[in-house]
Amino acid sequence: MADASTSAKGDLKLTNITKSFGDFKAVDDLTLTIPEGSFFALLGPSGCGKTTTLRMIAGLEDPTSGKISIGSTDITNKRPYQRPVNTVFQNYALFPHLTIFENIAFGLRRRGIKDVKEQVDKVLNLVELPHLADRKPTQLSGGQQQRIAVARAIVNRPALLLLDEPLGALDLKLRRQMQIELKWIQTEVGLTFVHVTHDQEEAMTMADTIAVMNEGRIEQMGSPAELYDNPKTAFVANFLGQSNLIQGTIVDSDGDYHVVDLFGQKAKVLKSRTHSKSNSVLYAIRPEKLRIDTENNHRPGNVFTGGHIVDVSYIGVSTQYQVEMPWKQEIMVFEQNDDGIPPLDKGDEVTLSWEPAFSFALDGAQDATAGSEVNPEEE
Amino acid sequence: MKTLSRWFSRNLIRIYMVLGFGYLFVPVAYTFAFSFNDYIKSNLVWRGFTLNNWKQPCGVLDVCPALGNSIKIGLLATFIATILGTLIAFALGRYAFRGRAVTNTLIFLPMASPELVLGASLLTIFLNLGMNLGFWTIVIAHVMFCISFVVVTVKARIASLDPRLEQAAMDLYADEKETFRRITFPLVAPGIAGAALLAFSLSFDDFIITNFNSGTTITFPLYVYTHAERGLPAQANVIGSAMFFLALLIVVAGQIVGKKVKVGK
Repeated sequence: MADASTSAKGDLKLTNITKSFGDFKAVDDLTLTIPEGSFFALLGPSGCGKTTTLRMIAGLEDPTSGKISIGSTDITNKRPYQRPVNTVFQNYALFPHLTIFENIAFGLRRRGIKDVKEQVDKVLNLVELPHLADRKPTQLSGGQQQRIAVARAIVNRPALLLLDEPLGALDLKLRRQMQIELKWIQTEVGLTFVHVTHDQEEAMTMADTIAVMNEGRIEQMGSPAELYDNPKTAFVANFLGQSNLIQGTIVDSDGDYHVVDLFGQKAKVLKSRTHSKSNSVLYAIRPEKLRIDTENNHRPGNVFTGGHIVDVSYIGVSTQYQVEMPWKQEIMVFEQNDDGIPPLDKGDEVTLSWEPAFSFALDGAQDATAGSEVNPEEE
Repeated sequence: MKTLSRWFSRNLIRIYMVLGFGYLFVPVAYTFAFSFNDYIKSNLVWRGFTLNNWKQPCGVLDVCPALGNSIKIGLLATFIATILGTLIAFALGRYAFRGRAVTNTLIFLPMASPELVLGASLLTIFLNLGMNLGFWTIVIAHVMFCISFVVVTVKARIASLDPRLEQAAMDLYADEKETFRRITFPLVAPGIAGAALLAFSLSFDDFIITNFNSGTTITFPLYVYTHAERGLPAQANVIGSAMFFLALLIVVAGQIVGKKVKVGK
């Protein structure tokens, strides 16, 4: 398809963006570069400033201070219709009085494009709904409306496509399917997608790069694997998946590793995965990285002894254990049911072991529960 | 006996409905029936069926000029009140400004005030300004009381309009003017049309305020009132019935169009 709308091309740059509503800073001195052609996710709980950021990029909200540019073009003070940016709204915002065809043609007509019919047909085929062209939006199912909203935006070939919780209104099965479809469409059309969501699974499925936002700031940015395996704050560790965070102190050094004292037991963690300003750390290990064994039968690596099982949940592919440690903290363990060994029982004395390289350590001064008590479904 | 009582209890709602509608429409039916009365002087006693009244609706002195005045005044007042009221409704519904809450309350006042008071005070104002009472003072008075109704009706429609639709239009390269023309106006239009119909019917049958400010101009309601004492000609029934059926036609047509717009095809 011909590239018609985009006078500006290139990376999206937000420089020192702040947005205040009265005394409340929704977005606080945000600086961010989103590379051209990437699928970028802004992930965070409700009220973290992600939607406000998106609306500022679209031009629907003015930043209190800072600069937004695409490539070398400054768009900070441009009106929404002057930006090479299109949005897929949370509730789709399809025009109820126009047919599906006219909804999709809307942007093309405003820009005076000639071959409207051809382009609309093409994009309708892309979202596999060519038979709905003459319908009105209210006659479509939620999933269909969602695809039309995407079609109405991408038909304009914007430099940036913004998606504001685009799958929030769909049921789980449809959401999974649309995640794959959106990712496919992005690859197909090669546009830059900026996706705002509170759903970590959705962000991890689709995005190349995720920025985790909290209280108007970016906590951490990176690939899904990077964020999951090497989070730098307790908020990120808890918001993306589950983590066991144990209070400890760095007591020694051993090559590439720190030796950490955890309530009298010693464990190692890579220096490169330790993100602490002091010796006080939150030693962190993901539940699926832990191996659980009967007392005298543990595997090599780091070892915790003296735990006993307080809860067992058998969920088919895996078994989830809650193990109470001698210091009264409950540690979560996910054990794959891949060896046919029946799960251990409640009350069993167990030993936990793990590869030192899979653990990480965070600054001990932070709240170990940050990001875990947030209800991500709450909007 | 038992089957009769069962039939009765089963059809209670229907019977109630017939009685209810009967109560509402007997006066209209009566007006319609007496428009065919072969009356002499007074149209109060049934004297036989005739089509003469319908054949010559203007057959009585002054009735058609009065109707003409009412229609002209109604259209003018509706036109002005709808434009002004719609603009006020947009201001109140879409923008935050100092004094919005007060304006919202003030807009309701003309609706809540007794018409007698409004009519009398308008008369005082016109006299003090030295204006000649007549056609234009009626128009001014009608615009005044119609505006509130237009504002309330249109504002309700604007309130139900999702602001994200306008944002979506702006996002899709429509500037402010285009957004209003393509999205906002078409979506608010049914509300504006409803407000205009309401304004016209309010203006058309207003008697009290008009009576104060009409001077020598006679509108249809004034004509009916002044002639009711001496014996109303059946032509008044003809015009009344015709207005009723016209209104019915507009409502039915509106519903059919509305349904089409909703369903799409």
